[in-house]
Amino acid sequence: MSEHVVACHECDLLQRLPAVPPGGQARCGRCGYVLARHKADSIERTIALLVAGVFLFVILNAFPFLAFKREGFIQQSHLATGIVQLFRQGMSGVAVLVALTTIIAPGLQMAMFLYVLLPLRFDRQAPGMFRVFRYLNVIAPWGMVEVFMLGVLVSIVKLAKMATIVPGPAVWALVGLMFVLAAASAALDPHEVWDRWEASP
Amino acid sequence: MRHPLPTTLNSGLVGCGVCHLIVPAPASGLRACCPRCGATLRIRKPNSLHRTWALVIAALIFYIPANVLPITIVTSLGIKQADTIMSGVFYFLHDGSWYIAAVIFIASVFVPLMKLIILIYLLISVQNGSTTRLRDRTRLYRITEAVGRWSMVDIFVVTILVALVNLGALATLQAGPAAPFFALVVVITMFAAMSFDPRLIWDAKEQAND
Repeated sequence: MSEHVVACHECDLLQRLPAVPPGGQARCGRCGYVLARHKADSIERTIALLVAGVFLFVILNAFPFLAFKREGFIQQSHLATGIVQLFRQGMSGVAVLVALTTIIAPGLQMAMFLYVLLPLRFDRQAPGMFRVFRYLNVIAPWGMVEVFMLGVLVSIVKLAKMATIVPGPAVWALVGLMFVLAAASAALDPHEVWDRWEASP
Repeated sequence: MRHPLPTTLNSGLVGCGVCHLIVPAPASGLRACCPRCGATLRIRKPNSLHRTWALVIAALIFYIPANVLPITIVTSLGIKQADTIMSGVFYFLHDGSWYIAAVIFIASVFVPLMKLIILIYLLISVQNGSTTRLRDRTRLYRITEAVGRWSMVDIFVVTILVALVNLGALATLQAGPAAPFFALVVVITMFAAMSFDPRLIWDAKEQAND
């Protein structure tokens, strides 16, 4: 990574960002905001994690999620079941919010990142990559896979008294996706993206 | 007078909010785009204080029905039972699952309220031009922005319960009228945190130095 002049996102201080050594991080000299971390093979690692994430995402959506077993009665659900059920109960706003935070935002985020990063890996620019990058900033806070995971745990404990809860393949995919997405966002160095872009023809 | 530290504001520059390129600031009133990524360049988030105030007040109003109205309604063998967020917390406390009670209480009751109180404190301190504890206040903002999303837990729990507890005549679970209000509180407080510009905290120091 080359040297940059950056403005701190949180306090606006202008400062020179040095090359960050392996394992190190650069913090704003005034407010302590983490300006950059050392990230080796940033783009390659992020792509690898995102590809794994896409597989897990497909499993999460296609396979059974949780099953509710009580006195010979089995109620099986998929990820989308609760959203459909909320719609039927007239809670369309809540249903849209849940769909957005658990399915649409994480899926779009992975697709858009791959759209930008894959061509960049081979020194090419995806058409409209800047617009895509801008939208990514907007979408990022709305993907809530890790919060949903906590919701699943609370629900399992809540229902454990009433019935036997059987986790399906989609639950394990959700656990995996949570870690993969966190690792992908930790692996990506946005400065590297702009450096590569400026180096590409 | 102390020589002020260089910021984009006092150097006549602006940092792109998307790709972080530093470019000369456009003349006031002109709309300019980042030469590298094309995002609109903004020296500060537009109308940050007004927007944040409006959103904080809206969230405070919705916070009341979100906590007073039932969030789930269980119909079991013809008997209806409505639960609010707090009655759920008490249920788990009596049940001995104090950790689940703590998770629900912190995520659904404590975090949204703390977030609103912190934002109000930050808004007032910026408006008063306070120059004390700049670093602590920036840290408070950072925490507020990071924890807000965890309030969605209760909405997710309701969604999962609605999908699973659907045993026909035996028992059905419905989302209660508090659910949309609660969802609104989460969304509005997230927007409120996003619309607040933490650089305003530091701008007061610049003005004090001038």
